[in-house]
Amino acid sequence: MTELVDYQTDPTRYKHWRLQFDGPVATLAADFDEDAGLRPGYKLKLNSYDLGVDIELNDAINRIRFEHPEVRVVVITSLKDKVFCSGANIFMLGVSSHAWKVNFCKFTNETRNGLEDSSRHSGLKFIAAVNGACAGGGYELALACDEIVLIDDRSSAVSLPEVPLLGVLPGTGGLTRITDKRHVRHDLADVFCTTTEGVRGQRAKDWRLVDAIAKPAVFEQTIEARAQVLAAGSDRPADGAGVRLSALNRSIEDNALRYDQVTVEMDRAARTATFIVKAPGGEQPADIAAIEVAGIDWYPLQLARELDDAILSMRTNELDLGTWLIKTTGDADAVLAMDATLLAHQNHWLVRETIGHLRRAFSRLDLSSRSLFALIEAGSCFAGSLLELALACDRSYHLALPDEPQSAPRITVGDVNFGLYPMITGESRMERRFYHEQPALDAVRAKAQQPLDADAAFELGLITSNPDDLDWEDEVRIAIEERVAMSPDALTGMEANLRFNGQENMLTRIFGRLTAWQNWIFQRPNAVGETGALKVYGSGEKSRFDWNRV
Amino acid sequence: MSSIDYNERIPNNVNLSGDRALKRALEQWQPNYLEWWRDMGPEESQDFDVYLRTAVSVDQEGWAQFGFVKMPDYRWGIFLNPGNPERKIHFGDHKGEDAWQSVPGEYRANLRRIIVTQGDTEPASVEQQRHLGLTAPSMYDLRNLFQVNVEEGRHLWAMVYLLHKYFGRDGREEGEALLERRSGEEDNPRILQAFNEKTPDWLAFFMFTYFTDRDGKYQLHALSESSFDPLARTTRFMLTEEAHHMFVGETGVARIIERTCDVMNELKTDDPASLRAAGVIDLPTIQRYLNFHFSVTVDLFGADESSNAATFYSTGLKGRYTESTRKDDHVLKNDSYPVLHVRDGKLVEKQVPMLNALNEVLRDDYIREAASGVKRWNRVIEKAGLPFQLTVPHKAFHRKIGALAGSHISPEGEVLTAEQWQQNASRWLPTGSDREYVASLMGRVVEPGKFANWIAPPAIGIHRQPVDFEYIRFN
Ligand SMILES: [Fe+2]
Ligand SMILES: [Fe+2]
Repeated sequence: MTELVDYQTDPTRYKHWRLQFDGPVATLAADFDEDAGLRPGYKLKLNSYDLGVDIELNDAINRIRFEHPEVRVVVITSLKDKVFCSGANIFMLGVSSHAWKVNFCKFTNETRNGLEDSSRHSGLKFIAAVNGACAGGGYELALACDEIVLIDDRSSAVSLPEVPLLGVLPGTGGLTRITDKRHVRHDLADVFCTTTEGVRGQRAKDWRLVDAIAKPAVFEQTIEARAQVLAAGSDRPADGAGVRLSALNRSIEDNALRYDQVTVEMDRAARTATFIVKAPGGEQPADIAAIEVAGIDWYPLQLARELDDAILSMRTNELDLGTWLIKTTGDADAVLAMDATLLAHQNHWLVRETIGHLRRAFSRLDLSSRSLFALIEAGSCFAGSLLELALACDRSYHLALPDEPQSAPRITVGDVNFGLYPMITGESRMERRFYHEQPALDAVRAKAQQPLDADAAFELGLITSNPDDLDWEDEVRIAIEERVAMSPDALTGMEANLRFNGQENMLTRIFGRLTAWQNWIFQRPNAVGETGALKVYGSGEKSRFDWNRV
Repeated sequence: MSSIDYNERIPNNVNLSGDRALKRALEQWQPNYLEWWRDMGPEESQDFDVYLRTAVSVDQEGWAQFGFVKMPDYRWGIFLNPGNPERKIHFGDHKGEDAWQSVPGEYRANLRRIIVTQGDTEPASVEQQRHLGLTAPSMYDLRNLFQVNVEEGRHLWAMVYLLHKYFGRDGREEGEALLERRSGEEDNPRILQAFNEKTPDWLAFFMFTYFTDRDGKYQLHALSESSFDPLARTTRFMLTEEAHHMFVGETGVARIIERTCDVMNELKTDDPASLRAAGVIDLPTIQRYLNFHFSVTVDLFGADESSNAATFYSTGLKGRYTESTRKDDHVLKNDSYPVLHVRDGKLVEKQVPMLNALNEVLRDDYIREAASGVKRWNRVIEKAGLPFQLTVPHKAFHRKIGALAGSHISPEGEVLTAEQWQQNASRWLPTGSDREYVASLMGRVVEPGKFANWIAPPAIGIHRQPVDFEYIRFN
């Protein structure tokens, strides 16, 4: 068995990034250690990255979010000479399984979306200080920033050479962001994406590939000036008390992941994993002072971090467990009380960041290529923020107990379900569920804050099925067994199509169109066959294509 | 309702009184079933006291208890043959694994489909036969009709039990749907076409119970091998009852032949017109009925090359007839089997993968057994010293399902043009006037010991009762 991938790290263990703080500006500098790839078989030359590099990047961004509330602008740059970042390591892609590539791309996409998410929701801005060659995934990272400044040294260029060089796509948002975000004219984009050497200098600016160019002598100065401008527009506090993201309390067992609030139990024979999320227990902070005292142990922050880690770990390390069963346990009132606190203080930077972390964790669930079934059983607490888990699922089963109304499990819709945690589509899961149809949403709204038993929830369309105690066991077992037996590929495609059912936006186009095309190309002989472009890259051999257009 | 009441009203060996889920399902379903029986069961029979056998347990004494009962009060029960907790799957990809005691989710849809399709035939035949009581040729035959009807009703119960017990809400919905479909209703038909045909007269009834109930027997045998143990055990018990239905058919046809032969000898003629004038059914007409019912029934086995059949076998849902005693690997991946198709105006065999040919395998097993009964009918004719012989038509004759559908094949297996078929069909299949004539014979004879002119009395009565026993009290 290969070693498990661990998404937890901290700056003392970083091998690839240097993090520096200077008041409202943090600098995140790429200095990838070419001998420190996550897996053997490739060297991370010229600031090319693999999953390990991106795990550090994700960690660094989270630390800036929580540990350094004074930071308003993050400058992403390079410590290597003449090279900013040359993208995903090609040799790594060449030796990786299809599943590894897909999971790697998904995570890097989520991290890049996370930059935009923080920029939009919490005033944390990003500048790509492109001080050297910026190719492929390197340019895609820059594209996720608010601004791109390119050094005008007559040699440094931005480029997306995937198509001409590797026979694949710039799949980490590249194609989508140059059009949807930067509005590069499509014919110029065509030229750009088929030119290995890329575009530099004034032309890069003219084509909207970068926001500004600067001669080497004034480059630093330019960055500084632009950082100040961006910082001025942010409301991140200069005097906030950062919360140190100490290590998660986590135990990894053969068939379980255990955290304080989240447990994942794996049934390898059944090919299912059961996520059990606990409600807050004991006294919970109700004001900012108490929240700051609780810090890292504040329940919603803990939940977000644990859920995030569990999802990432299960996605990467447990490919065979294709169906995730989502359960909750504990006091629904405690969840609703927490929600009230979140809403009351949502403009405080720490609360805002915590909501953001939850939003991104829930979003990872939407994007997980796993079947998601919520099991709403006695003792559960699918209320408010935790109801979001059930709303994210492909199906939900809610136990009806007509003979014991006292112990019947209930769900509770809260205000938070109407927009606090938008999906990447920008809509709430409730709006997604009802296609924004007002009568249905009004009916649900009318029952907000009221515990709903299975029949009431079914009536409102909030759950898939409401079997009673006599039917529950067989109905749920059969549904799961049936699901588990279906083609995982077809399910992944089907679920993604049904989950993202509304309006397209840039992110759905990245995860839908761009990713689907990329994953198709990743399977094709022209990329990965013996003479495919990705396979022969760097070997001196010329790729030989099957010329049939498909 | 107390548990004692329950076991009394619904004899069972499935611990009904201790099974809340099942009880709940049946409480819903049973009144609807009775309503269906009143609407669609034997016409004008609700008040009769009928001498019927009832199964009250699966042991020697219990499975056939005789007594008078009003049919709506018949105690339809739920029985599984005794099980073997150690039972292993003995064919297909799961061979060697433990038999399933519950429905594997992976096979839910196919198992449900198999059970629903089988279950649908049971009430369908009751519906098809509901008018026959008005034209019974004797009290003895009327009683046999009712016996077949109540047992088909019980077979419905058996399938509904599986749906209720193992398929949850879905199963309950399917259970209701089984009561809602109607044989021959254009907008709401029974699932299999043969069960939407009319059973207009008693010759058709006897042919149906001989040929079509035997299809039931073979399907039940195949299901009795199923890896889904409750299905295997239920169908095995149903087979004990099915034997009587085929007996009714075989002896019914034999008695008609016997009577016809008597008259042929009396009048020293084989001229159909003279025999019809004498009020019996001429042997060529019997042959045409035979051809019809045989061909319609062999279609019930399905397409000769079938991916469903392969899937059902490989996944262990449905075995072959006598699967356990066959001497092969019970996986069949490397075997082949001949099926017929028409090439260059000739019927030729082609080898196809055995798994895809399992419908054909079951059809051929069936045909062998069906043909043996026809031999016994011929012995009746032989004994009467007459030179006529009934024949079993070629299996390609008059097919509507599979590769042979659309071809025109004579009973001897020659490929015909549409025109040739048109010219000869009236020699091979019952004509309108055949059916009209047989219908004209159908009058009601119900005094104990009396028989219609066109049928001979049976050799013995039911359950050692005399032939002129009063099997039905009309009240
Ligand atoms: Fe039957
Ligand atoms: Fe039968």
